[in-house]
Amino acid sequence: MPSNAAVTPSTLSRLDLPWQINWDIHTCTLCGRCTAVCPVNAIELGVFRKRNMTTPFFAEKTRPRSDFSIYYGIRQRTDPGYACVGCSMCNLVCPNNSIEARRSDTFDMLRFHRDRAGQPRTRGGRRNSPDSVLDQIKFIRISMLTDPALDAGRHEFEMRTLIGRILSPAKAINARREKGWIPPVREVYPLLIGGMSFGALSPNMWEGLQMGVAYLNEELNMPVRMCTGEGGCPPRLLRSRFLKYVILQIASGYFGWDEIIHAIPEMKEDPCAVEIKYGQGAKPGDGGLLQWHKVNRLIAAIRGVPPGVSLPSPPTHQTKYSIEEAVAKMIQSMSMAWGFRVPVYPKISASSTSLSVLNNLTRNPYASGLAIDGEDGGTGAAYNVSMNHMGHPVASNIRDCYLNLVKLGMQNELPLIAGGGTGKNGNLAANAAALIMLGASAVQIGKYIMQASAGCLGTEGDRCNICNIGRCPKGITSQDPRLYRRLDPEKVAERVVDVYVAFDTELKKIVAPLGRSTSLPIGMSDALGIAHKSAAERLHIKYVV
Amino acid sequence: MCRLFSLTSREPLSPIKAIEALEMMKEGHDGSGIGLFLSDLSGPFSNFRDMPILSGIFTQSGLRRQEDYMTGQGFLPSYRMILDVSKDPPPGTPRREIYLIQVYEPPERWKELEQDQREQLMTGTRLTLRHMGAEKKDMVIFSFWPDVIMIKEVGDPMEIAGYLRLDREELQARRIMAQGRQNTNYGINLYACHPFFIQGMSTMTNGENTAFVPIKEYLSTQGVVGYEGYQSDSEVFTHILHFTIKQLGLGIEHYKHIITPLQDSDLLIHADRDFLTSLKQSCRRLIIDGPNCVIGCLPDKTMFMVQDRKKLRPGIVGGKPGLYAFSSESCGLDAVIPDRDKTKDFQPMHLDTAIVAPDCQEVRICRQTQPLPLQH
Repeated sequence: MPSNAAVTPSTLSRLDLPWQINWDIHTCTLCGRCTAVCPVNAIELGVFRKRNMTTPFFAEKTRPRSDFSIYYGIRQRTDPGYACVGCSMCNLVCPNNSIEARRSDTFDMLRFHRDRAGQPRTRGGRRNSPDSVLDQIKFIRISMLTDPALDAGRHEFEMRTLIGRILSPAKAINARREKGWIPPVREVYPLLIGGMSFGALSPNMWEGLQMGVAYLNEELNMPVRMCTGEGGCPPRLLRSRFLKYVILQIASGYFGWDEIIHAIPEMKEDPCAVEIKYGQGAKPGDGGLLQWHKVNRLIAAIRGVPPGVSLPSPPTHQTKYSIEEAVAKMIQSMSMAWGFRVPVYPKISASSTSLSVLNNLTRNPYASGLAIDGEDGGTGAAYNVSMNHMGHPVASNIRDCYLNLVKLGMQNELPLIAGGGTGKNGNLAANAAALIMLGASAVQIGKYIMQASAGCLGTEGDRCNICNIGRCPKGITSQDPRLYRRLDPEKVAERVVDVYVAFDTELKKIVAPLGRSTSLPIGMSDALGIAHKSAAERLHIKYVV
Repeated sequence: MCRLFSLTSREPLSPIKAIEALEMMKEGHDGSGIGLFLSDLSGPFSNFRDMPILSGIFTQSGLRRQEDYMTGQGFLPSYRMILDVSKDPPPGTPRREIYLIQVYEPPERWKELEQDQREQLMTGTRLTLRHMGAEKKDMVIFSFWPDVIMIKEVGDPMEIAGYLRLDREELQARRIMAQGRQNTNYGINLYACHPFFIQGMSTMTNGENTAFVPIKEYLSTQGVVGYEGYQSDSEVFTHILHFTIKQLGLGIEHYKHIITPLQDSDLLIHADRDFLTSLKQSCRRLIIDGPNCVIGCLPDKTMFMVQDRKKLRPGIVGGKPGLYAFSSESCGLDAVIPDRDKTKDFQPMHLDTAIVAPDCQEVRICRQTQPLPLQH
């Protein structure tokens, strides 16, 4: 910075930024790949002027000299609008490993300046906290000598779950006898890919996920299901046999539902289920958000909106005035659209009001489940404050709901689907198994599958997290073909399959030593322990140290 | 690992027979307890077929409280057998005061009640007495049902049999179930001793039900009188059997479809696939897990054995027309029915339910892959 430049309140130094670019002049070839790849233009070509002092040796007759030279290199911009996000794509593309982004070990000042023009920070990703109570839960009931542990590699395991309203045994037998209506129930794999919309995700990412899911179903006999999120569904998928692997989501913006409703007469298969999104764990009480950067012509066409405008869904469904009537009507209408052949369930953000929702649903014969998304859930775009400070952890919420179903004797009738931060530290199978044993019938993942199947760089250490502006450097959450062509859908599909097959083995490695194989151990709380007394009491599991 | 032995016979037999079989299998249990279920009784009890029999252990004051309560309810004491103990109990067995088997004449209003109501009343009475006993620790109640006697005690089975003189002539039955207990994860509690009983049916298990907690939580909230206690993870097997037969009106052929349902590939080609799929889904919380061999007796005196889905525990059935036995080990069978045709011994596998009807004519094997009997 020139010495006479103005110092404004938001003038920051490199050290005031959370991420600093270290660049090595000795190995840099000045190829320019790093500046080209940087998604936020945090680095640029730097033309540096350097003063060289030449002092003569002793007894030499020449005078000391001062001259100037120029060298070229990389300059990190310090304007808050161009702060490095730490994605490290520069390092990824550098042929000589000459550049890297380093997380500052000092308190950054940037956080005080992310509200330019009165716009609070928006971002993608998860709550910026690596804490996870799920990671602290251990599986302690190991079959040892009183009963044999099972062999995860050789024994048969039935690791399926049910989505849909399950009648009580007496009602089921009666309904068959009297040829009455039996609510639709789907037998699925307990790890679902949660709602990530076409729009939030790039076409290549979506296609890759769908191909992976189709392969798992058709080649590996794993009934994995994927939710569309709120953004409609590509018309060809709606009319294909693969629709049965898809959970269609309807949310408060109703984006894409014109297309879906019109496709119903041409559908070859019913969708797996319909999820009505009332809330999202990452930003509870706030609606979906697709910022204008990502609304190109394709997305606009699928969603039935004009291109280039931001699409904020309202925080609530406009028709919703009471849970007893409006929600019940919505569930009923969606059921009716497919002739009561498709399970319809609401998804809410975990909240201290979840129990009231659940209690209402137990009395609604068309409600096919309840998906609860905890505070650690991810999102493509939300206000930073919503992501970091709003919401309820999923563990105690799912446990309370399960125990409430137990109290009502309905724990097999209304499946609970848990989500939000599962596998946030990489422990997917352990987290999912813990949620299942706390009472969830199935677990939803979103961010994890982006990280594992497409190499998403976002972390809870606030790395990258720019999904909202469509500049995803991996092409996962971008609608810019120059970016999403980086992502090969075939490779994404391969990774989805890898993730599921590995998860399946790990899940068996957890349940086999617990002596469980005949059914998914939903609510097997005697297997769980935690070295935290109040957490143990709260979750009604064992306190172990 | 516990050892199980049960007999079903056309002629009455002494329970000592079953205990002799347990003695043969002694390597497999630590003698921490014995449980007996006797039904289709002979001797003096055969005169009171329709009158409920109370089996339990009492202190003097407990017995008085029990008598007061029963009198208040209108039950009149009829025939009584006290397993009098004169000598010191064998090592490991606590000294108790009264081992009571008491036949009751039901109250007058009983005649006007439907069968269901009578059954509810008997179960309710048993539970009230059990709760009263738990409160003051002066009585332990095992059963209160017509034509059923249950005896349970902690200690070595053979020594207890001698101590309680279980070979007495008036104590004979055509259906006898006995378990030699190997104490594992629960304290030695008489209510944790098999067999377990509810409304005329009883089961005993050799195994460990790893799905115990979710099943217990499910059963105990179904609003059925008697689904409580659960001192042992095996008690749920009895209650699931009761749920299958009494609550759902299904037969013993369906029991295995509830506790260990078929996998999808087998269901798809099953003659009753729609029904079984619906049963598998709606009874999902009753699916058992872990190694378990279950032997049970139904209210109609049919005896059966089923195994867990992986058949992880031993179990064998054999005998001759008129006398069949279910045993953990073949040496148990040898001790009681040495003259049977051993080539016809059968070890039920992961899909089988071995059933012997009260006529004791043959062992019927019902495989899960076979079509179910027609529903009425």
